[in-house]
Amino acid sequence: MSEWETVIGLEIHTQLSTRSKLFSAASTQYGAEPNRQACGIDLALPGVLPVVNREAIRMAVMFGLAVGAKVRTPCVFARKNYFYPDLPRGYQISQYELPIVEGGEVEIELQDGSHRRIELTRAHLEEDAGKLLHEGYAGESAVDLNRAGVPLMEIVSEPQMRSPEEASAYMRTLHGIVTFLGICDGNMEQGSFRCDANISMRQKGEKELGVKVELKNINSFRFVERALRYEQQRQIDALESGKPIIQETRQYDPGTDRTRPMRVKEYADDYRYFPDPDLLPVVVDESIQVELAKSLPELPQARKTRLIKQYALSADLAAVLVQSRQWADYFEATVEAGAGASTTARWITGEVFARMHKDSTELAEPPVSANSLAQLLKCIDSSVVSNSAAKEVLAAMWKGEGEAEEIIEARGLRQVGAGADLDQWIDQVIEAHPDEVEQYRGGKDRLLGFFVGQVMKASGGKADPKQVSEQLRIKLQSG
Amino acid sequence: MHEQTLLEQAQALQDGEVSSVELTQFYLNRIQAHDESLNSFVTVTGAQALAQAEAADRARSASEAGPLTGVPLAHKDIFCTRGVRTTCGSRMLDNFVSPYDATVVERLQAAGMVMLGKTNMDEFAMGSSNENSYYGPVHNPWDSERVPGGSSGGSAAAVAARLAPAATATDTGGSIRQPATFCGVTGLKPTYGRVSRFGMVAYASSLDQGGMLGVSAEDCAALLGTMAGFDSRDSTSVDHPVPDYQKELKQPVDGLSLGLPKEFFDDRLDARIRASVEEAVAAWEGQGAQLVEISLPNLPLATPAYYVIASAECSSNLARYDGVRYGHRCADPEDLEDLFCRSREEGFGAEVRRRIMIGTYALSAGYREAYYDQARRVRQLIRRDFQQAFEKVDAIAAPVSPVLPFRLGEKTQDPVAMYLIDCYTIPVNLAGLPGLSLPARPVDGLPTGVQLIGNYFDEARLLGLGAAWQRETDWHRQVPPGFA
Repeated sequence: MSEWETVIGLEIHTQLSTRSKLFSAASTQYGAEPNRQACGIDLALPGVLPVVNREAIRMAVMFGLAVGAKVRTPCVFARKNYFYPDLPRGYQISQYELPIVEGGEVEIELQDGSHRRIELTRAHLEEDAGKLLHEGYAGESAVDLNRAGVPLMEIVSEPQMRSPEEASAYMRTLHGIVTFLGICDGNMEQGSFRCDANISMRQKGEKELGVKVELKNINSFRFVERALRYEQQRQIDALESGKPIIQETRQYDPGTDRTRPMRVKEYADDYRYFPDPDLLPVVVDESIQVELAKSLPELPQARKTRLIKQYALSADLAAVLVQSRQWADYFEATVEAGAGASTTARWITGEVFARMHKDSTELAEPPVSANSLAQLLKCIDSSVVSNSAAKEVLAAMWKGEGEAEEIIEARGLRQVGAGADLDQWIDQVIEAHPDEVEQYRGGKDRLLGFFVGQVMKASGGKADPKQVSEQLRIKLQSG
Repeated sequence: MHEQTLLEQAQALQDGEVSSVELTQFYLNRIQAHDESLNSFVTVTGAQALAQAEAADRARSASEAGPLTGVPLAHKDIFCTRGVRTTCGSRMLDNFVSPYDATVVERLQAAGMVMLGKTNMDEFAMGSSNENSYYGPVHNPWDSERVPGGSSGGSAAAVAARLAPAATATDTGGSIRQPATFCGVTGLKPTYGRVSRFGMVAYASSLDQGGMLGVSAEDCAALLGTMAGFDSRDSTSVDHPVPDYQKELKQPVDGLSLGLPKEFFDDRLDARIRASVEEAVAAWEGQGAQLVEISLPNLPLATPAYYVIASAECSSNLARYDGVRYGHRCADPEDLEDLFCRSREEGFGAEVRRRIMIGTYALSAGYREAYYDQARRVRQLIRRDFQQAFEKVDAIAAPVSPVLPFRLGEKTQDPVAMYLIDCYTIPVNLAGLPGLSLPARPVDGLPTGVQLIGNYFDEARLLGLGAAWQRETDWHRQVPPGFA
């Protein structure tokens, strides 16, 4: 048995969040009626010309700066020629020899907390193609060109990942970078962030790369890991039984958790790349780079470090919060509005996340503002409501029933401290459970929790558990 | 009336001697009477033209008329015209009605000009004789057995026969200047980027440039002033100020230096044409220009380089005609491949298919370096040759075509011979320079011409030299015998 080394490289396609397409003024909004967002330029009418979207250029430059890459100026758009009905011009405008971003690197963090640096080869701009529709056209196919011309940035890594886990961590890291930069919405279900993974095996110590297989169009962190794990084993099995690996494109099927070959090409593709004569080389002025460098937002890694330091959060909680810029922002806004950092972090990653995932309708953002959440969390920290009552309050706020204070009052959830009510509930519970009282007094301390629970129940959740616990201890001992 | 230049007609309109409707109807009648034999128009837009003319007359009575308001003209059928068929001389676009106007069309229309129709041309502007049109060849008004030149043969013949006072045209390798010479009219190919290409059906994007054919250099100056200027819809259009060309025409010739490149006066040139060119050069010398012999050493490489670059670009530019969204679609395609192949095979003519094949080959893996990349290097050398020449001279004088208008069918069997006809015009496109073609002394009743080549954005100087020559001669005012 020889020892195998896995070599993985990723090509990540990110859809840039520009309002209009890469070479036309048509909207990039997702989900419109077919061909409602395809103008004459997207249709490739005779005589039309592409004009590059400067916003897409700025976004690519931001990415380049964020990963410490070289921003190439001028960079050149090239035509990639092939015929397909979803490609109206008969060529895709992409970048070939002179891409806008060259080099750069990112740091990935693995499950065990260790870090690795992965170098990037390049990132280039290109336009998306349209979509073929095969259903509902009486045996014919239809073309929807709404996606045609949508700006994509393809980020190509060096083949430096050594395990499926690293590939998944790399994909997450880039997802964090592009979403924190605000240049991609990161929506993987809609295909805004997807990847092709190249994987090959070689003997440990070998310098030459093995024959690679390309896994196409993977749009989840989990799937990339599972697809690569399957493929890794498939290749090792083949190699160890003396079968050669065929260079091919395969597709991962999450249903069966396997990869299978896609169509085999009979001849090598010749895209006849050449610089697009309709577009001049794109110059990115030094001043624009300087300006963009100054306005770069804090990236996930740096933000995590700062959250840990500034708010005394655990590394785990901070890591969860920086999985998206939205949540990191929400957290900081809530703390800014007066809530305690630790309570806020626990509530966002706990109750708020749970609610976001529970709602069957896809929510872009929580329906409770950071400010409103902060009011609720302050009530917890000042013992105005109990933890369990607060969950009920949040549920009501989620439904839009009002602010925390209003709901607490309306539902009578204000926590009751020491006093006549509490005494009464405790007395009731002690009276109702003589056996347990006997056992407790006989030394079974852990029954205290049972009594607290009973008193809380009797109070309808209004009692302050801390007070309950203290009072119970006194009463049970004194009896 | 048809003997007047466009500017004279503009003056007559201004003076109220004629209305735009009368002028337009006059030309529509001439087209009706003469174009059956010439075949210079693919589409005549009579009703629309009269409506535009009426609007122009109303504008004039409301004192809202500009200098060109109400003057008719024709558009080469390569410019997209909203609501009007735009065929580009191809069966592929026989049914294509453009939903938008080209920038050139839009600007001339905004100036109040009236569109008479769309002129015939070599298919997708590929050709030097107008024999490659799906709508049949155009005949030379000076001799109906002969070709009018190409690809803007319809525009040139229409202006020569005075079926239109002027016409738009395009020039990728000589397609304005060569037909201008063959038909005895004035034609200007502006600097690359001077006139927007938006809405001009692409043949070879890095070489295509819109321009015009007219009776006189002054007419061309008036039209250029309207057509030229930056267009944000064309990334290759240049944001360079547009001078008042008509005013600039009055610059004196005295003191200008005129370069005569020896490579343009080689043994390919018909001696009789050479004599006509030399007569024009002598006239400028007589007006005070200083003649300087110069050399453009890489010129002989221009034609092969051009056919590689132009074909490469066209192979990609014409890929959009796939039968899917518009244009010709074959009947009952068996599958996708059949749809693509048969639609294109049926939709394109032989010359277009030939160039697509050449271009596809030149860009193919393993050949690109030897053909396309090499041709681009040659292009740089030619550009540099011209730049060095313009350090010494203000303009360059040269022939336009080495041969006289030839007979229909004479060269159709020999594509290379046809390609070589453009040897004096192609280098100008490769360098992106402006070129002006002016009628010179005819040979045996057939028109000839002289070419002026200028530095970038130096159209005014070329037009000024042209106007100076045309003040001394009347070759440009001659109307072919059958069309008097």
